Amino acid sequence: MLLVMLLTITGFEIHGNFEIMGFENSVRIHSAAAWSFMGLAVVSIFWMIVTKQYLNFIPTTDKLKEQLQYYTSGIFKGIAHPTHKTLYNKLNPLQRIVYAGLLILIFPVQIITGLGYMYYHYPENPIDADGLLLAVNAHTIGAFMVVAFVIVHVYMTTTGHSVSANVKAMISGYEKEPDTENTTEESTTKNQ
Amino acid sequence: MKSTLEKITSFIVVIVLPALVIYLTIFFALRKSEPLRIEIPLMSETIAQVDHSQFAILQQNFTDPREVTAACLSCHNKRDDELMQSSHWLWEREVNIPGRGIVKIGKKDIHNNFCTGAQGNNGSCMRCHIGYGWEDKSFDFNNPNNIDCLVCHDKTDTYFKQKGYAGMPATPETANAEFKVPDYNYIAQNVGYPDRDNCGVCHFYGGGGNNVKHGDLEEALFNTNRKVDVHMGTDGPNMVCIDCHKTEKHNITGRSYSVSAENTNRISCEGCHTDRPHQDYILDYHNHKVACQTCHIPVYAKVNATVMYWDWSKAGRRDENGNPIKEYDADHNYSYLSIKGRFVYDDNVKPEYVWFNGTADHFFTSDSITTVPVQINTLFGDYRDTNSKIWPVKIHRGRQAYDPVTKQLLSVKIFAHNKGEGAFWEDLDWPEAIRHGMEYNERYWSGEYDFVDTEVTWPLNHMVSVKEETMSCTECHTRDRSRLDGLTDFYLPGRDYNKWIDYSGFAIIILSLIGVIVHAVLRIF
Repeated sequence: MLLVMLLTITGFEIHGNFEIMGFENSVRIHSAAAWSFMGLAVVSIFWMIVTKQYLNFIPTTDKLKEQLQYYTSGIFKGIAHPTHKTLYNKLNPLQRIVYAGLLILIFPVQIITGLGYMYYHYPENPIDADGLLLAVNAHTIGAFMVVAFVIVHVYMTTTGHSVSANVKAMISGYEKEPDTENTTEESTTKNQ
Repeated sequence: MKSTLEKITSFIVVIVLPALVIYLTIFFALRKSEPLRIEIPLMSETIAQVDHSQFAILQQNFTDPREVTAACLSCHNKRDDELMQSSHWLWEREVNIPGRGIVKIGKKDIHNNFCTGAQGNNGSCMRCHIGYGWEDKSFDFNNPNNIDCLVCHDKTDTYFKQKGYAGMPATPETANAEFKVPDYNYIAQNVGYPDRDNCGVCHFYGGGGNNVKHGDLEEALFNTNRKVDVHMGTDGPNMVCIDCHKTEKHNITGRSYSVSAENTNRISCEGCHTDRPHQDYILDYHNHKVACQTCHIPVYAKVNATVMYWDWSKAGRRDENGNPIKEYDADHNYSYLSIKGRFVYDDNVKPEYVWFNGTADHFFTSDSITTVPVQINTLFGDYRDTNSKIWPVKIHRGRQAYDPVTKQLLSVKIFAHNKGEGAFWEDLDWPEAIRHGMEYNERYWSGEYDFVDTEVTWPLNHMVSVKEETMSCTECHTRDRSRLDGLTDFYLPGRDYNKWIDYSGFAIIILSLIGVIVHAVLRIF
């Protein structure tokens, strides 16, 4: 989370939107933070695969409609969450779609275009990448998506059965499902 | 109930690990390595010197400088062959220019943007030829004794070519208060390698005065400090011209693109500093597309002003008594001269920037004007060209006489010793000066003349700044007045952005914010 914020701030400074820590520092921190992010991504992917947690991120349309209805109307009436959490079903269908989109579309695009920008942007390369103009624009679009995601994502942490419940779960890795039999599933979450 | 162990684990995972990652990230991000230091023996300090005062041949009674040359060549045999191949002697080279093929070009007869052209003005212009007496077309380029060895090898600072005599030093007939007959024995017995005086006497004063032409080469460099020129500063490495312009067999490396066309025999910073001088990835990577000079010469003409604009069309005005006029600007530089026209001088000038791959075209006397301003020279290069880099340049703008019928630039006779010979500087008469100039150059003139805007582009290489004054990132990487605003054929981070992506991106962010706020408000009520 802090890394993403760091990447966002330095990224938009490089983009020329504002000046906070100086262009040169921004460039250096952006590159280093990108490497840290990629390192953590590798660790996370490894962890997700060995613990089969990746199963949580496979999109499904099952109960998607109910979940949408919950966020658009049910939540205001205080009715219960339509989905229940288990070890391999921590995420509700909306989360699955959004997170999978993030993991499959945004992050790889950001990483590939970012690496290209660091190492492959001059036209004398074997394949002319046109100054990575396309990559640059994709990277910028991705950045806006990430910011929009973070805003909604942070807000959504307050939509658990109590306002702070989801954050506590993210931190401790333990989550209590009210009103159900199989409680306290372990679900360690990487704090990125 | 949480156990203490769980609390510690939570603390480590939530606070310590992320903090560590961020700390390490920023630590490694801001760690900079030291730039490479260069320790290279200087050519000027390693050339063996011989005591010429011991040679009997240099004790003779010289009456003509050509006798000195003959004496030099009697020991230094074959040096004349080397020199007579050089562009310092021929004032032209055979080059291959895209679109023209193999052509001969050089100072000798291309246009320049200053006194317009050398041919026909030999007395004045050919003073800087390394020969004796290139007065007119009869000059013998095959006579080795016409070579002036002393102008480059004099170490006594007493040898000078006389003003107006086509490269000849003063003779008993022409000597005056300013130019005396040189003491050839004294000079010849003390010759040595060229130092900055020898090169500077021509290269600092080209175009009719100090720093008129280059902007980055001027008399301040005779004795300067590191802040003006980090290489030549006497408080620094104290390098002289030949330390970079390494010379073997009288082939002097280095090119000036006011007369050159090909990417050969050049000097590169990398030759000494390597292509990784910063020892820093992101800075060194710039060198693919950005010449060292771009960041390291943030301003030129740091001491004395250089001519930025020269308008010949205003020349010729006289005062009420019919005398030529001289006017000065606030910094005591010429702003108007009847014999030359209007000037704009400037100092501490920020360069302009172009793509440049080391090749260039020139405006030939036979060329017709197709674009205005007329490009007296054209530096080739663009973003997609592998050899091109962004280069800082001085662009000197002017207005020159041209023939509206043939659309050619005109050769003008500017210099003569006496009035009535058609020279503009003597008679201030355009038609006569043009007629004489065109006749000498054997060119057709319709009889009409007008003036046209002209530009010449000089790559900057000298007056490299100390590292503290090197350009910062945001001189270019900024949306607000980037130094590279003129170069638009590539995406420059920090300067460029796609308006639509930015607008819709911020729209999405604002909509998300509004969305969550509305959602939260609805939940609360």
